[in-house]
Amino acid sequence: MIHFFSSHFATLSHEFWPLLVGGLATGFIYAMVAIGYTLVYGVLRLINFAHSEVFMSGGFASFFLMKWLIGSSTPNATETVLYLIAGVLVGGFAGAAVATTLERVAYRPLRRRNAPKLAYLISAIGASYFIFNLAAKEFGRINFAMASPFINHPLFTIFGAQVYMYYVIILIVGSIMLVSLDRLVATSKLGRSIRAVAQDAETASLMGVNIDRTIALTFILGGFLGGAAGYLYGLSFGVVYTMGFTPALKAFTAAVLGGIGNLRGAVIGGLLLGVVESMAVAFVNGAYIDVVAFAVLVLVLLFRPTGILGERLGRTA
Amino acid sequence: MKNFFSSPLVKRVGAMVALWATVTVMTGPPGNPAQPALGFTSSFSERVSFFGLFPTPRGVLFAALGLILAGIVVLYRRILHTPVQRAKASIVPTYQSISAKRSVRGSWYAAALVVAIMLPHVVTDPFWQSAMVSQIAIYTLLAIGLNVVVGFAGLLDLGFVAFYAIGAYVTAWVTGALPIGAPFHHVIDPFWAIPIAIVFVMIAGVLLGVPTLRLRGDYLAIVTLGFGEIIFLFANNLYGITGGSTGTNQIPFLSFHMGPIKYLWGLDPAPYYYLTLGFVVLFLIIFSSLEHSRVGRAWVAIREDEVAAESLGIYPLKYKVMAFAIGAASAGFAGVITASQTLFVSPPTFSLTFSINILVLVIFGGMGSIVGVVVGGVVIQGFVVYMIQSPPAWYNPADLYMYLGALLVVMMIFRPAGLIPSRRRLREVLQVESGVARDQLTTHMGPHNRVEEDLA
Amino acid sequence: MSENLFDVTNVTLRFGGVVSLNDVTLHQKRGEILAIIGPNGAGKTSLFNSLTGVYAPQEGEIVFTNAAGKSTSIIGKKPYRVSAVGVARTFQASRMFSAMTTFENVKIGAESHRGLGAVGAMLKGPATRRDEHRSDALTRELLDFVGLTSQSNVIAASLSYGSRRRLEIARALATKPEVLLLDEPAAGTNPAEKIELTDLIRRVRDEMGVSILLIEHDMKLVMALAERLYVLNFGSVIAQGTPDEIRANPAVIEAYLGSSDVSEESK
Repeated sequence: MIHFFSSHFATLSHEFWPLLVGGLATGFIYAMVAIGYTLVYGVLRLINFAHSEVFMSGGFASFFLMKWLIGSSTPNATETVLYLIAGVLVGGFAGAAVATTLERVAYRPLRRRNAPKLAYLISAIGASYFIFNLAAKEFGRINFAMASPFINHPLFTIFGAQVYMYYVIILIVGSIMLVSLDRLVATSKLGRSIRAVAQDAETASLMGVNIDRTIALTFILGGFLGGAAGYLYGLSFGVVYTMGFTPALKAFTAAVLGGIGNLRGAVIGGLLLGVVESMAVAFVNGAYIDVVAFAVLVLVLLFRPTGILGERLGRTA
Repeated sequence: MKNFFSSPLVKRVGAMVALWATVTVMTGPPGNPAQPALGFTSSFSERVSFFGLFPTPRGVLFAALGLILAGIVVLYRRILHTPVQRAKASIVPTYQSISAKRSVRGSWYAAALVVAIMLPHVVTDPFWQSAMVSQIAIYTLLAIGLNVVVGFAGLLDLGFVAFYAIGAYVTAWVTGALPIGAPFHHVIDPFWAIPIAIVFVMIAGVLLGVPTLRLRGDYLAIVTLGFGEIIFLFANNLYGITGGSTGTNQIPFLSFHMGPIKYLWGLDPAPYYYLTLGFVVLFLIIFSSLEHSRVGRAWVAIREDEVAAESLGIYPLKYKVMAFAIGAASAGFAGVITASQTLFVSPPTFSLTFSINILVLVIFGGMGSIVGVVVGGVVIQGFVVYMIQSPPAWYNPADLYMYLGALLVVMMIFRPAGLIPSRRRLREVLQVESGVARDQLTTHMGPHNRVEEDLA
Repeated sequence: MSENLFDVTNVTLRFGGVVSLNDVTLHQKRGEILAIIGPNGAGKTSLFNSLTGVYAPQEGEIVFTNAAGKSTSIIGKKPYRVSAVGVARTFQASRMFSAMTTFENVKIGAESHRGLGAVGAMLKGPATRRDEHRSDALTRELLDFVGLTSQSNVIAASLSYGSRRRLEIARALATKPEVLLLDEPAAGTNPAEKIELTDLIRRVRDEMGVSILLIEHDMKLVMALAERLYVLNFGSVIAQGTPDEIRANPAVIEAYLGSSDVSEESK
């Protein structure tokens, strides 16, 4: 038994830093998607099942943009930066658009009617299936490799681990977006509205907060981050109509892990899950890696459903 | 400017335009990887002709259809609505009081049963006969089972397919079709796989249910989804045990051998159909009496207000696990039948999509309504099979789930109680929506379904 | 072995940093109508929740002794178990099963303790049928007792406030409890309904032998019904005694911010 584990631990220690860097990068992506779940949960107390398609839409939109901008050419340094920004923006806007449509079509009518939670879940599932099958129909059912605006060479080395350009990009973009969001929610009027609605929607509306608008903006925010995450994910893995399913499930796990409704928790949950999953490669057969994230979800839900930082609605930490 | 956009007329027109665009694209020609925009543009521009005449762009055609429909609705509202409501007011109560009588309903059921029994003689096309079993009857049976979980107990189980899979694999196992061979090297009649599979499946239901059914709705849905995925992953990868992604096709025909009575099922689907029909009727009877028993009432109480139910001595977990196990049993049984009719078992069938398909049947028919679910199952699945067998030009069977997904959303928005709602569920929907709901925006339900703020 | 129905000893209940119940000691005698009063937020409903197993206080003991002399510790038991021991309750915000009829609401209470499980339910054997007849009879009896027979088939959501209260009481009584905990039963009722309610509560104790433990803000009702009172403020018991003793108690008067409240209303 010890012998069995020792070889795995040997791999782990040998590969530690590369795995850590890779895990953090994946973790940022999970965090960005988890924010979407956590924001919507905060204001509506429900899990936006269809957030996976927001992610996918961002991926596809930016895929088309990259294809149009880059094709098969190689961009120079300025173009790289511009294209990256464009990709993030377009992916984000596409995600926001899909999220808003979702809110309008699949959730708002239910809210108007005081529908039970089960109805939202079912509607979300239906919407999710509709969207990704529509994407399959219109774009095809194959995995598309995304034209990359940069050449993925290692930028520098830490403790013997080569840190690739891709990881650095994710870290930079991810940090900017997550910090901006944090500041937005903590200091802006919109952020205050979101937190107010998350704590007590009825009182918030009595205080003059436009609930519908706040909810719509919440979806936009979460959708933007989710869509941008789709772009970043697609740069490495390409895009395919089913790309939303597993990453979104993992992002949901991250949101719960950090404490659903808790923004900083979503970030911590995402990073933690990314790293754990990455390290698990040393122990678990490739086909079962997804099971690791899933096991984390089940364990968290069974033993500490309020997550690491605890459920804190309306507060950022 | 803002007022313009929020005026009701603009909103309505906007919604109609959105609907027109969506339907046109949904039913339109597909795009392809090289030309992604093609699907969208040609959905509007492709010309459709009637009997070779009047080629019109699809976009225009759908717009015209939409306008005609809108016109009809407006006319109806202006002219026919009141007389129709009056007619309804005089007919419906009578109809309801008549159909509430057991004898009347009983005769409807008897008639339906007669039709069901005669069906294999009326429908002789072999494809349809086989589909009647493997698709319609089996899916309806699964829907009846899922109805107990979702409809009666209010639990969204997205991993329902796992129980179906377990039933099928147990069948393969006891008949020696799996790589690990039959238990104790003793191959038995596949017929006896039925009780064995049901036992296994119920144990699985209890094992899954006890830790997870304390969680509230959305978390439960995701955990069960994950469970279904895990079963799929294991089935797909444990080549030595389950035959991996290719599964097994060694399952023998179903046979029954007890003393002097001997019956062997074969390629003819009709005997399978009658066997399945028999069990469907049995499950219908059992589930119906369950619905109207104290267990059924406890489920309604838990669904309506778990805290109040618990204060009356009802142990919610016990009843939820019961629902899970019972639903699982019917799924397991369906798995046995499928395995022994198709003679093979393989993982691709056991996906989340399958669970969603069954969910659509339940939602469309009417969750909580046994009659509704049977009708929903037969109608939708029958329709699906028809569309696969003779698809119209504009339909691509691969798009099935796009339509089913849209159907789910539409049902939830316009008719959440389903096509043929149970009387109780209709009442519930009306109560909840008139504002008697406890699930208001500000109520915080913690992870374990306790309405904490209410009790403070 | 206690003569009391409830023995609550030094119970402290905390939520994070908030102390909801602070070293509360309380005893209810068998057969008495006991009332708990106090300003909003004093911890009355938390006390009820602790008595019924919804909350588990971190310190102290709660012991329930039934008529047969068997004592059970309540802390740590889940509500459905506490119900089985003989404690029933109603809720501050009326929690009926709104889509069910009045009759069905009460029947659920009647069925919840005994009876066979799913198998029996499915097979509808003679034992199950007998059980159903029994619960039907008990339901009818209770509906008659509270005066709701004429509304047996009405959907619970369409009942008036006063009727809803009576329904909740009937439903709680259907579990055949030894004590009934009433959480603000008169809230939202009009004066006529209040009189009927007072009458009903007294009949529950007198005719059915069920002890009453009641939270109320309506002083008139409390002073008319209660044989003894406990006064809670900020989670602590600040006074206990008969209605006359409480009326004169300076600490109570102070807690309610003004003497006119307590002494005027009870005239």
